[in-house]
Amino acid sequence: MQTAPAAPATTRGAATAPPAIELRSISKAFGPVQANRDISLRVAPGTIHGIIGENGAGKSTLMSILYGFYRADAGEILIDGRPVAIPDSQAAIRAGIGMVFQHFKLVQNLSVLENVILGAEDGPLLRRSLARARAELAQLARDYELEVDPDAIVEDLSVGHQQRVEILKALYRDARILILDEPTGVLTPAEADHLFRILANLRQQGRTVILITHKLREIMEITDTVSVMRRGEMTATLRTAETGPEDLAERMVGRKVLLQVAKAPAQPGPEVLRVEGLRVTDDRGVERLRGIDLSLRAGEILGIAGVAGNGQSELLQVLGGYQRAEGRVLLNGAPIDLTGRRSDGRSRRARGIAHVPEDRQSRGLIMDFAAWENIAFGYHDAPEYRRNAILMDNAAMQTACARAMADFDVRPPLPMLPARAFSGGNQQKIVVAREIERNPDLLLVGQPTRGVDIGAIEFIHRRIVALRDAGKAVLLVSVELDEILGLADRIAVMFDGRIMGERLPGQTDERELGLMMAGMAEGAA
Amino acid sequence: MDFATLLQILDSTVRLGTPLLLACLAGLFSERAGVFDIGLEGKMLMAAFCAGAVAAVTGSPWAGLLAGVAGSVALGMVHALASISFRGNQLISGVAINFLASGLTVLLGQNLFHLGGRTPSLMKEGRFQPITLPGAETLREVPVIGPVYADLISGHSILVYLAFALVPLSWWVLARTRFGLRLRAVGENPAAVDTAGISVARMRYLALTITGVLCGLAGAYLAIALSAGFVKEMTAGRGYIALAALIFAKWRPVPALGATMLFGLLEAVSNRYQNLDLGGVVIPVQAMQALPYVLTVIILAGFVGKAIPPRAGGEPYVKER
Repeated sequence: MQTAPAAPATTRGAATAPPAIELRSISKAFGPVQANRDISLRVAPGTIHGIIGENGAGKSTLMSILYGFYRADAGEILIDGRPVAIPDSQAAIRAGIGMVFQHFKLVQNLSVLENVILGAEDGPLLRRSLARARAELAQLARDYELEVDPDAIVEDLSVGHQQRVEILKALYRDARILILDEPTGVLTPAEADHLFRILANLRQQGRTVILITHKLREIMEITDTVSVMRRGEMTATLRTAETGPEDLAERMVGRKVLLQVAKAPAQPGPEVLRVEGLRVTDDRGVERLRGIDLSLRAGEILGIAGVAGNGQSELLQVLGGYQRAEGRVLLNGAPIDLTGRRSDGRSRRARGIAHVPEDRQSRGLIMDFAAWENIAFGYHDAPEYRRNAILMDNAAMQTACARAMADFDVRPPLPMLPARAFSGGNQQKIVVAREIERNPDLLLVGQPTRGVDIGAIEFIHRRIVALRDAGKAVLLVSVELDEILGLADRIAVMFDGRIMGERLPGQTDERELGLMMAGMAEGAA
Repeated sequence: MDFATLLQILDSTVRLGTPLLLACLAGLFSERAGVFDIGLEGKMLMAAFCAGAVAAVTGSPWAGLLAGVAGSVALGMVHALASISFRGNQLISGVAINFLASGLTVLLGQNLFHLGGRTPSLMKEGRFQPITLPGAETLREVPVIGPVYADLISGHSILVYLAFALVPLSWWVLARTRFGLRLRAVGENPAAVDTAGISVARMRYLALTITGVLCGLAGAYLAIALSAGFVKEMTAGRGYIALAALIFAKWRPVPALGATMLFGLLEAVSNRYQNLDLGGVVIPVQAMQALPYVLTVIILAGFVGKAIPPRAGGEPYVKER
C-alpha cells in the first residue's frame, strides 16, 4: 500500500507536493547545553537527504526528536504538510517514520519474523501475524533487494543482513520516511553498496530517506540534498550536486580541513616487529587468529584493514599484552613472552611497545578519573612520577598532563577534569598523547579516530605520521578504509583470523580491498 | 525394589516436585523478562503463611489459596517497584524480600496464633484433598497400568494437576502468543522492545505479577496441601532449588518439569531410605538429605553444559541517549 498521494514515484519532489518532513524552529537543550538551536528543515518526498556533522553537532538529538525519544523544547514537526505531535516512538511509527539505529535494536535469539512483528502484531496470537509477515517480507525482498531468510535466528546473520532486518521492520510498519543513523560503519564496501541500492530503490518507490553519516563520500554518492550541522545549528542545506567534499568538510568544521594527510614517502629502517604463526583460541574454543605472519620495519606504518571482528582486536590484544597466544613475536630481534608471567601490558611497555586501544573508554581510560591520572596510567611507576619508593608525585603528573594537553591541543586544557567530561576526540587525544609522549619503538593503534570529530582526526593522523617520520614503527588497525588508504605505507587485510594478503596503497583501491575483506580474491594479483 | 515401592517413590516425587515446579515456572516468567528473582523463596514462604493462616481462620482452602497468592503478589510488587521503577539492584531486592518474609511470617504467626510462629493445624476441610480420578478404583486391578493410574496419576490435590497443566500452558504462552513474544524480547533486548513502542516497565510488571501468582500457588501448596498448616521456614530453600532447576532447564518450561521432578525424586529417595545400605557401606541419612543441595551446587557450578541466561537479565532498563 503505497501512500504519499501527492508524490507520485516518478515526479520526485514535485513543486506541488508538500515536504515529506518539515521541521520548524526545533530547539532542544540538555541543562546548559543547547543540543539543537532553532533548526528548520524541509525534505521533499521521494528524495534521499543527508545530514552530516561532527560528533556532538546535534544530528542524533534532532533525529531522536523526530523519532519520539526526546521532546523538543520548542518548534513544530510537519509530516506531509500536516503538523504532528510525536511524544513517543509509537507516535513516530504511526506518523510513518521508521528508524535504523547505529546499534541495531534486534532481539538476538529470536527469528527474523519474530523481530519484524514485535510490537506490530495483529492480535494476541502470533500465528496470523507470522503468516502475514512472511508474505510481506517476500514481497519486500522482491521490491527492494532486501532478501533475508525469514526463519533465521538473528544472531546467526551477518551484520549486513541484520541491518536489512532493521529496514524490513520499518517497512513492515509501513514507514514512508526512513532514518538511518551511520548505517555503513559496520559494513564491508560490498554490503554498503548493496545498502545504497536498497536506498535508491526506496527513493524510486516514493519513500523518503534521511541518512545521517560522517562520511563525506557517502553523502556525495547517494544523497539528493544535504544539511550540515555544527554545534547544534543547521549551518547549510544544499543540493548535493552543487557542493563537494572539501566544501562540506569546511562547513562542518568551520575552517579549512586537509582531508588527505600530507606525508612523504616512508623511509623504512630495520625490522622492528616480526610475528610468526600467531594463533589465538577464545574461551568458547573458537580460533580467532589462525596463524598470522607479519613484519613491520622502523619508519613504516602497516595498516590492518578488515571488517570488525575478523581477528584484528585479538592481534592488538596479543601484542599489547592482555591476551595469551601461541606462536612467536620478535621485537627488535628479541622474542616477546606470549604466555608466561611477563606477558602483560606493563612488560610490553617496558620493551617499548605503546598501545592506543580500540575501545578507549574501557581499555584506554578510567572515565571517572582525572585527566592527569589517566595520562600517567601505565607509566605511573616511571621515575619522574615518583617521589620515593612509596609515594607518587602527583604534582609532577599534573605538570606533565598540562604540558601534554597544550602539545596535543586537548580542550579544555584542564588536568583536573575527569576523562568523562571531554568529548570523544579530546579523550582520544589524551590517550594518544600518553602513548606517543613516551617515544615508543612500536605504536599499536586501534581505531584511532572512531567517534572522533574531523578536526581531531586530522590532528591525530598528523601525529601518527610524525611518529613514523621519527623512525618509529606503527601498526594501525582500522575498519575505516579511507583511513588505512590515507595513512598506511603497506596494507594487510584480515579476514576470519588470517591475513588475506598485502597491498601497497598506491597500487590498490577500495574495490580490491573490499573483496579481500569479504574473504575473496585471495592470491589475486 | 518392587513395583509398589517404585510407585510410592514416584508418587512422592510428584508431590514433592510440585512446589518446585510451580516456583520454577514462577522464576521462569520473571527471568525471561529480564528480572532476576532470588526472592522466590521469600514469596513462597509468605504465601505459605498467608494460606495457612487464612485457611485456619476460615476453614476454606480456597480462601487460603487466594490469600497465599495475594501475599506472594504483594511481595512481588515490592520487588518490581524496587527493581523496575527505581532501577535498584535485583539481587539485593530479592535478598531483602527473603529476609522480610522470614521474619514477618514468624512475627505475625506468633502474634496471631501464639504457637511459636506456626499456624494452627488444619482440619481435613481446611486442606486441599486428594482427588480420585474417574475409574481409578475399577482400573486398579489391571496389571501395571492400573496401579500406575490409581496410585501415581490419580489421588493428588488439584494444585498438582494445575502445576502440570501449567507446563504446556507456559510453553504455549511464551512461544505462541504476542505476550510471550514481547516477554522473551524484553528479557533479551529491552531497547528493541522500547523502540517498537512497547513499555518495558509494563511488560516487566506483568511478568512479575505472574511470578507472584505462581509463587503463591507454590507456597499455598506447601502449607495447605502437602502439610496441614504453616511451620516457620517451611520452604527450606525450595526457592533456591527452583532457581537451580531453572538454570538446569535453561529457562524453558518443558525441561523445567524434568529438572524439578529430578529434585523431587532426590527428596523422595532421601525421605524413603533414611539409611541406605549399599552392601556393607551405610550411607547416613544426613548425606541422603543433602542430595538435592549437592545437585544444586553441581548444577550451578556449570556441569550441565553452558546455560545462557536471558541477555538483559539483572540489568534495570535505562533508556539510552
